[in-house]
Amino acid sequence: MGTIQPKVEAAGDEITLVHAAKAGDISAFEELVKRYDRNVFRIAQHITQNREDAEDVVQDAFLKAYQNLANFQEQSKFYTWLVRIAVNEALMRLRRRRPERMVSLDENIKTEEDSMPREVADWSPNPEQLYNQGELKEILGKTIQGLPPSFRTVFVLRDVEGLSTEETADALDLSIPAVKSRLLRARLQLRERLNKYLKNRTGGDGK
Amino acid sequence: MTCSDFLKELTDYLDDSMDAQTRAELEDHLQWCHNCYVVCNTTKMTIEIYRDSHLYELPDDLRTRLRTAIVSKCEGHKKQVGDHREQSGSPTPK
Ligand SMILES: [Zn+2]
Repeated sequence: MGTIQPKVEAAGDEITLVHAAKAGDISAFEELVKRYDRNVFRIAQHITQNREDAEDVVQDAFLKAYQNLANFQEQSKFYTWLVRIAVNEALMRLRRRRPERMVSLDENIKTEEDSMPREVADWSPNPEQLYNQGELKEILGKTIQGLPPSFRTVFVLRDVEGLSTEETADALDLSIPAVKSRLLRARLQLRERLNKYLKNRTGGDGK
Repeated sequence: MTCSDFLKELTDYLDDSMDAQTRAELEDHLQWCHNCYVVCNTTKMTIEIYRDSHLYELPDDLRTRLRTAIVSKCEGHKKQVGDHREQSGSPTPK
């Protein structure tokens, strides 16, 4: 399972690029776009669950970042600041599409019970052997789509993009305990939902 | 430690952000509680599967298209701000 994951590296030259972009150098800003566009797209797609919206979020988030660079205080990483903008754009679009359902990061935390695992079965050690890549992606997409937006958002930032708990809290304006509680519930709900696809098929040929 | 106590600490346990004492207590629970062992293991797999899945990759052609659009919008904004500065008489930074 140890494949390389596209994590964000805070390169030393980043602050130089930010300063150049602040001074109006668009090619420096383009470098920043190249560095983070994949991440922003992934985050946007996780939150909005809509390809068109995700494309718009990428464009609008970077444009907003460019327009507001002067307000970037450099106390946090540029990436964390950008993520904050992108998450807000994504949530806004989600609300627009689903006005009937309140979309909020403060979604009510329910009781402990509903995160208690209902089905406990060990999984096949190599899920990539049970399904081909396309099938697995479809299962993963369907599964995460069923999670409340506030859980998806915390999960993608923390577990997919690899932000720290503190950075996630900062980007989402949530307290650290709130991030942890949503993350636990997101992880357990995903686990529960993936169970039916990935559990060990005992009674089969035992491979 | 009960299973419900264990579950509450699961996120910190998986993220390795806890003191040695609590960690030892959790590992002790894992020694004899098969259910929690399985939940812990499959939750860890869940995280790894998503992390390694390359779900929602940005295709190269779309990536180029988006970047071109972003750059041209930024140029538009820069020009607007520049024009505004010229009108108000302050020097435009080159
Ligand atoms: Zn237990």
